[in-house]
Amino acid sequence: MSLLPAPAKQEISFTVNGAPRTIHAFPMARLLDVLREALDLTGTKEGCSEGECGSCSILLDGVLVNSCLIPALQATGSNIVTIEGLANDDHLHPLQKAFLECGAAQCGICTPGMILAAVRLLEKTPKPSIEEIREGLSGNLCRCTGYLQIFEAVEKASRNEVAD
Amino acid sequence: MRADPADYELAAPGTLEKVLALFADGPGTWLPIAGGTDVMVLYSAGKLPARKLVNIGDLRELRRIEVTLSEVRIGAGCTYTDLRQHSIIVNEFPLLARAAEWTGGIANQNRGTLGGNVANASPAGDSLPVLLVYDADLILVSVRGERRIPYRTFHTGYKKTLLAPDELIHSICISRNLKGYISYAKKVGARDAQAISKVFLAAMARISNATIEDVRLAAGSVGPIPIRLIGTELALAGRAIDNSLLETAGKVMAQEIQPINDIRSTAGYRSVVLRNLLGEFLQGLPGARIDS
Repeated sequence: MSLLPAPAKQEISFTVNGAPRTIHAFPMARLLDVLREALDLTGTKEGCSEGECGSCSILLDGVLVNSCLIPALQATGSNIVTIEGLANDDHLHPLQKAFLECGAAQCGICTPGMILAAVRLLEKTPKPSIEEIREGLSGNLCRCTGYLQIFEAVEKASRNEVAD
Repeated sequence: MRADPADYELAAPGTLEKVLALFADGPGTWLPIAGGTDVMVLYSAGKLPARKLVNIGDLRELRRIEVTLSEVRIGAGCTYTDLRQHSIIVNEFPLLARAAEWTGGIANQNRGTLGGNVANASPAGDSLPVLLVYDADLILVSVRGERRIPYRTFHTGYKKTLLAPDELIHSICISRNLKGYISYAKKVGARDAQAISKVFLAAMARISNATIEDVRLAAGSVGPIPIRLIGTELALAGRAIDNSLLETAGKVMAQEIQPINDIRSTAGYRSVVLRNLLGEFLQGLPGARIDS
């Protein structure tokens, strides 16, 4: 077997929350670590590191994914949205407001992923049934709230009942 | 220990032809990665033996679902979400759509691929018993050409398969000639989403004059590989559906499986539950005379 040169860092470019970014990273660096460490976007949380808890959920080209399971190189050219990309200046996203109003966050580790999963759910299904909400968020685990306030917040946002 | 990304190479050739050329140059040295839902879990935990990976997640050639009059040909790179959203799969192969729905949660369904589930060869892969009862074929490709093999021959032992070191799974083919079959699948796990199966049964049968004309059964998580329960099928074929049939078939089935105790369940639980699932399937067939 031939000895290959050690893997080198590469330039990897993508769009994050609307802004073009180029990072210098090993191709197998996890997208989660790149977001948190290279780009200082620490709103994306690390939970289980194996795709079970959903804490690291982001939107990649509009699709909900676990950023702990994505090598940075696979994100080349993609459009990434993290929790930091939802609020418009000081104006919170309706789902963020709904989570606050319903007490849907406690320790906060699951919250960013939960909100992004809910954003994607409401994009696809603007008026979800409770079953659809449960399924849409089933990949995001919460160990504080017991989920009811979270489902309530998503329902509230879907009914446009969030105060401005 | 967490893996250090500096120790791992990730090539991204961008086309199927180039990926296969890389495999041919060093057969067995490259590990393909598509959605990463299996590979990255091992990687994160520092337990991935491979150091050289090749990205196949961007190969358009593998992301198609082709429908002909006689079959559907599902590209190995199609995700569980792709399967759930495809009207022919939902209508003609509902067990596959349901297995996709039972796999992980939305985020994993958006990334995990059918080819990955087959290649990962876990005895607990939810789509695998379904592919067994649908009598799927696999198309495997390499620079040497392509070959088509029956999926039921693919798994040769725990995590061992017929895939040659220079080959890649290209597609999964399922015949559309399934009219008149009643189908059944059930996953038993700790919860619906994000839980790996303790027991899985997929089944199909065609009934004529209250007897079983043809039947196919396959189970997951009850042995080293997902298995077609051929002996049990033979015990059921041509018989009227009653309690004595369930008893006979249940005994044959117990001989065919090799369940183990592990972190998710026990051998005893798995045996009992699988037999109960067989009972539930038979009970739901037209003309069944089985007491619950």
